[in-house]
Amino acid sequence: MNGQIKRVASVALGLLVALVVATTYWQTWARPALAERQDNEIQRVAQFEIRRGVIVTPSRVVARNRARRVKGKTFYFRRYPQGKLAAHVVGYSTAARSRTGLERSLNDYLTGSVRSLSSLVDQSLDKLNGRPIVGDSLRLTLDLNGQQTALEALGDNCGAVVALDPRTGRLRVMASSPSYDPNQVENDFSKIEQIRANCLPASPLLNRASQGLYPPGSTFKVVTASAALESSAFEPASTFYDPGYCTVYGKRVNNFDTSRPFGNVTLATALQYSVNSVFCNIGLKLGARRILKQAKAFGFYDRPPLETPESERRASGLYKLEGRELRLYDPKRDPDVDAGRMAFGQERLLVTPLQMAMVAGTIGNGGILMRPYVVERIVTPNGKTRRKTKPERIRRAVSPVTARDVGDMMVRAVQAGTGTAAQIAGLRIGGKTGTAETGVAGRNVTWFIAFAGREGERPELAIAVVLQNQSLTGGATAAPIARQVMQALLQTTANP
Amino acid sequence: MTARNKELANLVFAALVGSAAFASASIATTGVVTTRWLAYVAVVFGLYVAAHVVARRTVPFADPTLLPLAGLLTAVGLTVIYRLGPEDARRQTVWVALGLAVFVAALVWLRWDYRVLERYKYLFGISAVVLLLLPSVPGLGYRVNGVKLWVKVGGLQFQPGELAKIFLIVFLAGYLRDKRESLARGRLKDLGPLLAIWGAAMLVLVQTSDLGSALLNFGIFLAMVYAATGRVLYVGAGLGLFVAGSAALYNALDRVQQRVTVWLHPWTDERVYCAINGKLEYRQNCDSYQLVKSLYSIANGGYGGTGLGKGTFETVDGTPLIPYLNTDFVYSAIAQELGLVGAAAVLLLFMVFVARSFRISLIAQDGFSKLLAAGLAFGFALQTFIIVGGVLRVVPLTGITLPFVSYGGSSILSNFVMLALLLLVSNRAVATANRT
Repeated sequence: MNGQIKRVASVALGLLVALVVATTYWQTWARPALAERQDNEIQRVAQFEIRRGVIVTPSRVVARNRARRVKGKTFYFRRYPQGKLAAHVVGYSTAARSRTGLERSLNDYLTGSVRSLSSLVDQSLDKLNGRPIVGDSLRLTLDLNGQQTALEALGDNCGAVVALDPRTGRLRVMASSPSYDPNQVENDFSKIEQIRANCLPASPLLNRASQGLYPPGSTFKVVTASAALESSAFEPASTFYDPGYCTVYGKRVNNFDTSRPFGNVTLATALQYSVNSVFCNIGLKLGARRILKQAKAFGFYDRPPLETPESERRASGLYKLEGRELRLYDPKRDPDVDAGRMAFGQERLLVTPLQMAMVAGTIGNGGILMRPYVVERIVTPNGKTRRKTKPERIRRAVSPVTARDVGDMMVRAVQAGTGTAAQIAGLRIGGKTGTAETGVAGRNVTWFIAFAGREGERPELAIAVVLQNQSLTGGATAAPIARQVMQALLQTTANP
Repeated sequence: MTARNKELANLVFAALVGSAAFASASIATTGVVTTRWLAYVAVVFGLYVAAHVVARRTVPFADPTLLPLAGLLTAVGLTVIYRLGPEDARRQTVWVALGLAVFVAALVWLRWDYRVLERYKYLFGISAVVLLLLPSVPGLGYRVNGVKLWVKVGGLQFQPGELAKIFLIVFLAGYLRDKRESLARGRLKDLGPLLAIWGAAMLVLVQTSDLGSALLNFGIFLAMVYAATGRVLYVGAGLGLFVAGSAALYNALDRVQQRVTVWLHPWTDERVYCAINGKLEYRQNCDSYQLVKSLYSIANGGYGGTGLGKGTFETVDGTPLIPYLNTDFVYSAIAQELGLVGAAAVLLLFMVFVARSFRISLIAQDGFSKLLAAGLAFGFALQTFIIVGGVLRVVPLTGITLPFVSYGGSSILSNFVMLALLLLVSNRAVATANRT
């Protein structure tokens, strides 16, 4: 009988060996794929065992941790001491709703997953000692005073303010209204859903500064004027006749105010007073693709670079409704687009405030577009700098002469044109207003974009303000907000 | 060194390993260094030493590794159960104490000659079938997790299937020893009782819809028939009949059907009908929830594991991730915290236990003893395979316990009965060998 018993024993042991093989399979081969799966809560829990790096601005802490012990384990939950001040840039990191903002895009740094050899050793030692993994911390460029001024100035309006340093690309303000308190995301989400503002839906989680797409209105004339001067076909003193309207395909396109035609005007005066017909004619002369080429030089048709998640930034340009989705649309032929309307910001142009701040900044910066950034430095748990952001030039968008000429026109618009509400004594400010009419009263999208600096110095600030559902013009609504924010920011620089 | 002194040395070694495991789990979960865990180790070690002392008197020549292996496995089980819930660990310790008491009682009772059991083989056979069917008696049995495995009398509840397995092995050992010659010759009329057993297995399967227990008992039966007769044909025919029977019943058995579907396709990319809440859900969030969570747990262990007490079995707000973690899914807890190294080590313990048990069968002199030991050894291996294989998605998942490790009284008690029988057979085999 022993022969049979030996064979039965082999089968029995074979079964157990199969278990070792199967265990090996799941713990080695299949492991990475299982860790990736959405419904794998173990991975989600593991994120909370890590002490995420803190996020600070030059003056204050915007994200820190609170430790809580749950059944013998220490979990670190995020707290945002500044509440809604920097909500859209910083975002949130929660169990219930995952992550947004820098909390999402720089999660690997914040959780210590980006390692150098030395930090790998540190981490392994910590793990053996039962200490939590500590992530890298972030130092942002945001100015919280500016953020506060911007949010207060925006008030109940749906809109956004973006301010950056055109010389370096440092982001100073990125405010979106209505804002929300990221501390409420985990447990009081209904409070966030109850937030109301002057638009429907109020969408407080949306970062209007980089995700919001708005018709640019007359602010786009800065792009058209740049294209005109770059083409050498026009100069600031080129004269036009303004009958109060412009004829496109045999149809009249009116100025904002048709009652007062300007008659003979120069290009410079046309930008100063925002005369539609002049830009309409320039557009017809240059053609859509030439203007779009200039727009692309300013960064249109690309997601504006920033450290926030890609999904929270959108590219500016012509958009087409495909089904229910807005798609970026790049015309192949000039006749596909109404260049006349596009030249003064109509047609199907949609832009983000971040992009428009980049346009104003480029003009202020002598034609050079700098890469915007909000993370100044990534610092390891033991205080060493892991990554420092160096100002980076994206490209020259216009020649120094064009930048100077368009800049001068914008300065005149603030000194004695549509943007006078943005004046600040002692500062040289060049701006452009925009009022995109939706055809419904009280539903205008209003804009103000500007650069500002001390007399005789390179501008140190570029700003874009957008407001939804306004009944007045950009000069009356957005320019004063821009003025307040610029004042707050330039004062901070003056007395650090 | 005599066999019993080796056993004592092995027990001391097992206690050291157990202490280390218990200390590390205790420190990791409470965050402070205490000596409270020492009480557990002292009590369990004390109980095993007491059992060892009785073994010295009753089975002096028996295999010196089985009792320490059982001790090591209970230590692993207790550590994990303690780590998951100290309350359950206290209860489990009581069950281990009762199990060792039953072990001692069995040794004392059968110390002269365990072969008296052979005389009552038909009684055992009938009792096994009765025990298996007990949970489906209205008013007595009740369902856990959709399967009727439990019997409740007053406040007491137990799983009769665990004991039935041993009774079945005793019956088969006795019956097959009688009939093996005629069966080996292939006399058809002797096949009657075997067909009856097959019928009983099918009946149990239909009544309890418990594929695991049916598979286990039928597997033991086939292995013992083969060991007794050496005829592969019987095994083939038996397997064929079992598969044919299950297939025929497949459509009638929702539970079995669901288990097989979950086994083949635990993840779906689209929402499918979920019988639990009547909505459309991804299967990983419905029927295969337990299996999938358990696989995540195992995978999370990797090579080295998270360390005892450091695994993740709950969400951040303290909700458990895997149901039945300390019974059916105890292996996924072990695999996560000890990793591949630890899980393979635990499986190795099972392998050594199985190998030693078969060795007893090989050196035993009489047919009854040989078949008894082989049956117990194979049953032990197959049970481990069915539950761990289920958790690892090697076979469809069914709810049976991991011997000596899972939380649960009935399982612990019957495992100690099995251990006692193996030691009795071993003692006699070695003693006779020494005499001749």
